[in-house]
Amino acid sequence: MSISERLPISMRTEALESILVERSLVDPKVMDAYIKMYESDVGPLNGAKVVAKAWVDPEFRERLLADGTAAVGELGFKGPQTEHLEVLENTGEVHNVVVCTLCSCYPWAVLGLPPSWYKDPAYRSRIVREPRAVLHEFGLDLGADVEIRVADSVSECRYMILPERPAGTDDLSEEELAALVTRDAMVGIAKVAGPQ
Amino acid sequence: MTTPQLDVEGPAAPPRRNGELAFSEPWESRAFGLAVALDAAGVIEWETFRQQLIATIGVWEAAHAPDDESWSYWRCWQDALEQLLLDQGVIGGDDVDLRSEQLAARAPGHDHDHGDHSHHRHDH
Repeated sequence: MSISERLPISMRTEALESILVERSLVDPKVMDAYIKMYESDVGPLNGAKVVAKAWVDPEFRERLLADGTAAVGELGFKGPQTEHLEVLENTGEVHNVVVCTLCSCYPWAVLGLPPSWYKDPAYRSRIVREPRAVLHEFGLDLGADVEIRVADSVSECRYMILPERPAGTDDLSEEELAALVTRDAMVGIAKVAGPQ
Repeated sequence: MTTPQLDVEGPAAPPRRNGELAFSEPWESRAFGLAVALDAAGVIEWETFRQQLIATIGVWEAAHAPDDESWSYWRCWQDALEQLLLDQGVIGGDDVDLRSEQLAARAPGHDHDHGDHSHHRHDH
């Protein structure tokens, strides 16, 4: 037990930063830029654009399912945690849901940073053991005939879900479709609802 | 058929951003920024950090119930980063302890805002 463990963790972070800055190993301005980027500029809207494009462009959809990293790269979305992106398609028969049982791997470039429940030990362990019950708690009830597959982000692979396009959206533009797509649908704990 | 009305600002709006805050306290975002900046600078390798994070979370989980309220993902992140830098010899064994003690010993009222290290305000 170190003497500083009684100090707030925030102080350890501050201490570590100050040491590394002193030794010119990090630049606080660079840190600020990354934090701002992931906190406010990069978010699920990127993934929503990818989904909408896949819904209206069958060739893009094929490329997306074959090589997620390359396809989202076409739209300019790339970065750490998105080097090995695999996109899984949800259908009326198969429903995929994403987890990282070991830590919290998540495709930042298309979904932003993960929500807190995604990182919680309870979600990470229970979604594997009892996915139907956990999805029910999120408000998603799937028929008994729907096969649920849990995609675990082991090794270097990151997953994103291509949700089903809702009915009644034939007249919508790609932009209007993107506005319907939620983060939860791209993680697989929800479906995309049609226009209200 | 009418054209759907899409909220872009209201509560029903799609998640333009994260939909919720990624960080609940400022130090969490600093710990995040440190790891990302160290990776970008080549000081750490992301996959090595990830393995350390997995190990740190595994140790916590082995000692706690899944719904234990003391869980803090970002604490695991901070601990993993510290351990990795120690293992790589980037920092010494008690560097962080000593600096933490120094910071804790600062005069009360010292501005703890560390969003910008280029200056420290002493507005009292």
